[in-house]
Amino acid sequence: MDHNGQESGNMEEVKICDPSILPQCPDHTDTDVPSENHCVNEDHRTPSDPEGLLESADHSSEQDVLPQEPSTEMQKLHVEDDRSLCPGGSETDSGKASQDSALVDNSNDDSGEFVVTVLARGKMEEQGMGMKGASSPLSETGTPLGPPSHRNEDVTADSWRQHRKHVFVLSEAGKPIYSRYGSEEALSSTMGVMMALVSFVQSGDNIIRSVYSDEHTVVFMQRGPLVLVSVSCSRQSEQQLRNELVYVYNQIVSMLTQASITRIFEHKKNYDLRRLLAGSEKILDGLLNLVDSDPSFLLCAVHCLPLASSLRDSLSQILQKAITPNLVFSILIAKNQLLTIVQEKMVIDDARLEPADLHLLLNLIGASSAFQAGEIWTPICLPSFNPDCYFYAYISYLDPPECTVCLVLLSTDKEAFYSVAECKRKIEEAMQTQNALKSIAKAQSYSVSQVGVSDLRHFMYKPFDVPDNHRQLTQFTSPEMEAPYSSEEERMRLLDLYRDLHGRIHSASRPLKLIYHVAERETLLAWVTSKFELYTCFSPLVTKTCAINAITKLLRWIKKEEERLFIRYPPKYSTTPNPSRSSKTDAH
Amino acid sequence: MTLRELKVCLLGDTGVGKSSIVCRFVEDSFDPNINPTIGASFMTKTVQYQNELHKFLIWDTAGQERFRALAPMYYRGSAAAIIVYDITKEESFQTLKNWVKELRQHGPPNIVVAIAGNKCDLSDAREVSEKDAKDYADSIHAIFIETSAKNAININEVFTQISERIPVLDAEGGSAVKGFKLRRQPSVSTRERTCC
Repeated sequence: MDHNGQESGNMEEVKICDPSILPQCPDHTDTDVPSENHCVNEDHRTPSDPEGLLESADHSSEQDVLPQEPSTEMQKLHVEDDRSLCPGGSETDSGKASQDSALVDNSNDDSGEFVVTVLARGKMEEQGMGMKGASSPLSETGTPLGPPSHRNEDVTADSWRQHRKHVFVLSEAGKPIYSRYGSEEALSSTMGVMMALVSFVQSGDNIIRSVYSDEHTVVFMQRGPLVLVSVSCSRQSEQQLRNELVYVYNQIVSMLTQASITRIFEHKKNYDLRRLLAGSEKILDGLLNLVDSDPSFLLCAVHCLPLASSLRDSLSQILQKAITPNLVFSILIAKNQLLTIVQEKMVIDDARLEPADLHLLLNLIGASSAFQAGEIWTPICLPSFNPDCYFYAYISYLDPPECTVCLVLLSTDKEAFYSVAECKRKIEEAMQTQNALKSIAKAQSYSVSQVGVSDLRHFMYKPFDVPDNHRQLTQFTSPEMEAPYSSEEERMRLLDLYRDLHGRIHSASRPLKLIYHVAERETLLAWVTSKFELYTCFSPLVTKTCAINAITKLLRWIKKEEERLFIRYPPKYSTTPNPSRSSKTDAH
Repeated sequence: MTLRELKVCLLGDTGVGKSSIVCRFVEDSFDPNINPTIGASFMTKTVQYQNELHKFLIWDTAGQERFRALAPMYYRGSAAAIIVYDITKEESFQTLKNWVKELRQHGPPNIVVAIAGNKCDLSDAREVSEKDAKDYADSIHAIFIETSAKNAININEVFTQISERIPVLDAEGGSAVKGFKLRRQPSVSTRERTCC
């Protein structure tokens, strides 16, 4: 494919359409696919849009017909130029297997077939291996992981193929590092083929980015010596899947640091990184489950527990008073949501804690419930903050045995455990005298009924201007998911609808500002302006006018509740003896 | 009654049951699906030993290799180390020997070493014979005991035996608790000195 004369050099995208080589999903039902009844609002009568920010587009409805197309043009390798991503650009493509984007080239079927053959052969080998693995009791029982793990899955079984989303991590040498389902050993040849694909495309000075089949999207991402692959039938956008892979990569970095990963592979190309990640599979498993079920990851924003601002302030003050040298962040978490975060003053001047890092931290805490009565002291790297260095995290629950309120203190000093633990005692004492734990226990996520807008079932609101300082923590607010979204499946279905809207809004080729989407069982409206990003879900019979009025009311309600829903000014402290500025002020 | 603080660290391969032993000792509970420890977990428990109160400051370290480099932070200044292996896994016994070596070279000179062969309830799947382990423990003058955190066998005994071996309260005993200065001890004959 190197002779295709693509202008974009190594930024090309390769698409392979061959469903037979990929894990199969059961026949999907299209009842909930957003394509049906989908329309994009052409209407500018939306609430408070003085700048006329709302744009509309109507190209998206036909995109969704894609999965129903018969895959007549399988086994073709398409190289796609990013810059030619426009509908109707498929001038040379006789088929329509990938009609959603421009396919500027299909002249190299040979190489496509070659790769596909390699893939198919790999699959056969893997089946052989998988069966061998299954028949050997040693390899199965030898793992220290308990029965609920997916590690022991038979990778040749249909059930394995039917997983909604697979994630694989491998080294550049093709060595397996992690698989979400099934053991890495049994999948080593599959991963070998993945690496073959990556290197094959690389040898032509290109980068493989994604492979589309009828049912699946395969996304490749290379970061340093690691290759991450997502195989998904979740219908998420490539960008969303890529972002999820970034989370997986960052979680690995959070355990090892980027510098040491690079060093290890520089030293020994075929190093088995699983040695260093042994026992951490659950953290990655947990992350991938969270990514699927928690919209914080999709929105790249932190979910705060709603709290009276006076209570939040007094908690912040407690944290601000319990400090020790080299303490950098003090974080209080309840029910897996942020209560407050206090930062060393000097730190925030040049860097800040990104939501992504906080998500990784929350996931780690969730996965480390090993012994909740104890105090944990562990190195952790916060990749967005600094991918090459460790913080030392002190993690302790303040309310054993319930273990819902968790204190995290991050220090830069490896030896600071005892002094940091002393801070915790101070915090504990202060909270006791203020009876803070009781007040925290009362704090709850809210019901959408409190908004007082009929027909509104659920929403996610991510402001860009709260708090006023743009350098602060990005947050979002969202009510509990209530009926009809109380079951696991329904919740996932709503999230999938949101993900679909999010994907369209943030589409690289054709971003949208407003989508009004009438689905079978609900109506959704997504809207992004310079001030916020909003996703709303209404009952199916709502009218457009009605929905727009509801959003006006909702925005008014959020404004009124802002103090309670968001952390307005993350407070700061100074642990240095002679701070350049006063250490008391927590806001400008 | 005098209160003595005794820093104890648990070392050993991942999945051998270090956290389960601590959990059984401190809370008298057992969770078969316990998650791997991250970094290290710190807990305390005070027990009476003769006319003293021994407050165990327990560092339950993660067995995963990536935390290996942190171990010195935890065994440094420890009065005792409990090295745990899984009697159903020969490999974990080999790891134990490496820990003994490391403690000899870098650990505090007077550290009391206890070897715990955990999961003794699973004797059907035994890979390490009790005699081999006992012989090895004797050769390094370590406490040896087979335990089961699951069935609460010999867990308290490990700590009682450590209490027995801790030198009577004198200057040395105090330094063993907060002996951060003991770092970088030359690797002199700790072998003889670990004995009681």
